[in-house]
This record gives sequence, structure tokens and C-alpha cells, in this order.
Amino acid sequence: MSREILRLENIHKCYGSTEVLKGIDLSVHESEVVVLLGPSGTGKSTLLRCINMLTVPDKGHVWVNGKDLTDPKININHAREHMGMVFQEFNLFAHLSAIDNVAVGLVKVQGMKKSAALERAKFELEKVGLSDKADLYPGQLSGGQKQRVAIARALAMSPDVMLFDEPTSALDPELIGEVLEVMQKLAQDGMTMVCVTHEMHFAKKVANRAIFMEGGVIVEEGSPAEFFDQPKTDRARQFLGKFDSQFE
Amino acid sequence: MPLPLVSFMEEVTIDIRTYEPTPYGEKTMELTFERVITYLIPYLLKGVFITVSVSFFALFFGAIGGLLLALIRVYRGKVSRFIMIIISSVFRALPQTVLLLLLYFVIAGSINISAYWAGTLSLSIISCVYQMEIFRSSIESIDGGQMMAARAIGMSNMKAIRVIILPQALRRALPAWANEAAGVIKGSSLVYIIGVVEVMRLAQYEIARSREPFAVYFSVALIYFVIVYLTNLALRRVEKKLRIPDIS
Repeated sequence: MSREILRLENIHKCYGSTEVLKGIDLSVHESEVVVLLGPSGTGKSTLLRCINMLTVPDKGHVWVNGKDLTDPKININHAREHMGMVFQEFNLFAHLSAIDNVAVGLVKVQGMKKSAALERAKFELEKVGLSDKADLYPGQLSGGQKQRVAIARALAMSPDVMLFDEPTSALDPELIGEVLEVMQKLAQDGMTMVCVTHEMHFAKKVANRAIFMEGGVIVEEGSPAEFFDQPKTDRARQFLGKFDSQFE
Repeated sequence: MPLPLVSFMEEVTIDIRTYEPTPYGEKTMELTFERVITYLIPYLLKGVFITVSVSFFALFFGAIGGLLLALIRVYRGKVSRFIMIIISSVFRALPQTVLLLLLYFVIAGSINISAYWAGTLSLSIISCVYQMEIFRSSIESIDGGQMMAARAIGMSNMKAIRVIILPQALRRALPAWANEAAGVIKGSSLVYIIGVVEVMRLAQYEIARSREPFAVYFSVALIYFVIVYLTNLALRRVEKKLRIPDIS
């Protein structure tokens, strides 16, 4: 089996008295595409944020490339450089043009020269099919375009793993396709990906592994073929039943 | 020649005797455009440099202090937030004149500086509190996702504030800041009470000499109007220039 990129061990997280994550273990290998599925409010997004420590787990360990990110001595900013994250609400930097959104991390975080960074940013925008929108600002882009710029922004940092937090949930239905297409291409190119998504079609087609979470624990885990066609647990069956319309 | 204004001014020549007997004998005080233009305004303009420089420094120091306090208040935890809120509510509850005199006596009593700098410093401190509120609300108005996205590409908290949050927050602060600038310019007229020879002080001298309060105050009003109007015009230009493009 290929190199392990990511390992989570016994992750716990409470918000007040609500325990959102109740001991999650997860291991992701290079070029693997893992989808996190499950009803809303079951801790999928929280888990994803624990991976790059935007949310600090109360208990447990997060290893990325062999480094324990929960170690208080680690430089977390440095560790985050190598993990791309894509948000539901895009979160493009509103005061920067598309190309500057992609280049800003290269210049301000990696210390790259501005001209080289713009060159690289151009290349990344091309990959997501937006080279003609480079000089537009987020306010001038459609939702799908914004999300593709956000993907380019994350890719520009040459991440070891990409984290997607419901990347299409804030999009109009007709704009979802263009984003999923970019993600599928990424997966084919061998990017390691962890995606929280409600796009079952995408999950079934692109993922190597499906993880079904409910109530802060992993209920079921398996290959998409197994999980979508013969779910083992009742909860997974019920959950998948609600998405039947997506498969018609 | 702006003839319409001249004829207007001559028409409204005011004979003060017609509505108020003057305490100084039979002297008729006439407000004519000519007297305002050829004598009063040139005389008062000698104080304009002081008015403008006091305002400029007060705004400048107030901006640096206000921004610092705002950042501390937003990002430095509960205790500092609490302290800032107390300072802010005390300062904003007191009349500027009272504050100015109190600060003046504190400053002049503890360090040996001229009335000019004591006045400027007092105004700076007052403006600092108001500007803190302006910057605080604009920083807080920036969507939390901006900070999250900046952290996710590896920026430190400080870098994210500098590169992502402030460029947006300061743009948003501009309209309110222009208001504060106008307020400070007008408020600078108060430093005459501690003996700084600016426009208002010169006006007092001139009134004592000529006993023409209306004409003098009218000239003062004209001068302030022009300064504030030009300042606002300039700031609106800046605002326009820095506007982030969007669909509209």
C-alpha cells in the first residue's frame, strides 16, 4: 500500500456540553479519495477542520506526513501550508482579484517572488478553466467560478492533501457540475482528498472509500461499491434512501 | 467673478440695529461681501494652518492609536475587550470641551509642552477612542471565513490580519472615518480655549477689536465649511479609488 499521508487517532471534540466527535480513527493514504458522508450535524465538518487544526481537538492525535499536529511545539502555520482546504462558502479574499487570491499565499506565506507567483497562479487558474477570469474580483464571479478559484488557491500551495468541506452545498444546481468536474480531475491526477459532501453520485464515482458518520462516530466504512449498493447498517440504508432521487 | 453671490450678499446686508440695539453706541455693523473677502477671511486664514495641522496630527495619532486599540479589543481576549469598552463608554459620554480641558490639565501638568502640542495631544486621545469604535466595527464586519481561509493557507494570525483583514476593514471604515475627520476638524476649534491661536482664537481677537461678531463668525463658518468640504471631497475620491470591483 502507498504512503500514509494522514492519520487521526481517537479524536474527541466538545462544544460546551455537546460532544460532537466521540473518538474518530481514520487513516488516509497517498492518492486516496475519501468521502465523509452522513446527516447534518454529525461532526463531519468538525472532523475535517480538526485535520488542519482550524478546530483544535480536545483529545487525540492528528498525524500529517508523520508529524503530530497536536504537538504544542509544532509550527501549525507551517503544517497548514501543505494542506489545501476548500470551504462551503468559498471564502475567497474579497479585496483581491482571482489571480491575486491564488498568488497571495505563495508570496506572503512561501515568500515567492511576485512575478513567479503570478505565473504559478495563472497556471493553476488554467487548470480549473478560469484563465480568462484572472483579473476579476470575487464579487464579479459566479458561485461555481468562485469555488474553482478557491480550489486553485489551495492547489497553488502544492498541498499533500486537499480537504473539501461541502464544496458544492452553497451552489445553484446548475453550477455544481463545473466544480465536481474539477474535483474529479484532481482525483484522477492522484491528489489525496478528503471530502465532506452530499453529492452521492460524485462520491460513488470518484471515491476510493466512503465513511458514514453519525452522532460523532464512524458508523460504517467501505468501498463505494459496497457502501452504496449493500450498506451493512440500517442507519446507512436509511440515509442513502433519502438520496434515491440523485441516482435516478 | 461669482457675481450672483456678490449681489446676493449685498441684498442681505444686515443692519443689526433693525433687530437688536448694539451695546456699543451708534456704530452700525454691516456684513458686506467685500469686507468678508478683503479683510476678515485673509485675517482669519493666518490661523488656518494651525487649525489644519492640529486636525491633521489629531487624526493621524488618533488613527494609529485607534487602530491599535481596535485590534487589541477584537483579538486580545475578554479582559482587554472589557477595558476598552469602559474607556470607550466613559470618553464618549463626556462633552469634548470637558474632556479637552481635563486632558489638557493632565498633560500640561505632567509634561512641559506647548499649548499647541498639549491641545493636539488631547484631541488625538479623544479622536483615538472614536476611531477605535470605527475600526472595531469594520474589523468585526469582515466575515469570519476570511480569517479561516487565510489561516488555512498557512498565514499566522498577525499576517492574516495585515494581509487579508485590514485591507478590507479599512476600506469599509472609510465613510465613517471621513465623518470623524470632519468631526475632528470642527472639534479643533475648541483648542482656542486653552490658548492655541487658530481660526477661532483669531476670531475672538477680531470680535474684541471690531465688535462685529456676526461678520466674524460668518467668515469663520465659511472657512470651516471649505476645509471640511475639501477634506470630504478628497476622502470620497480615495474611497472611490479603493473600491473593490463587483458586478454593479
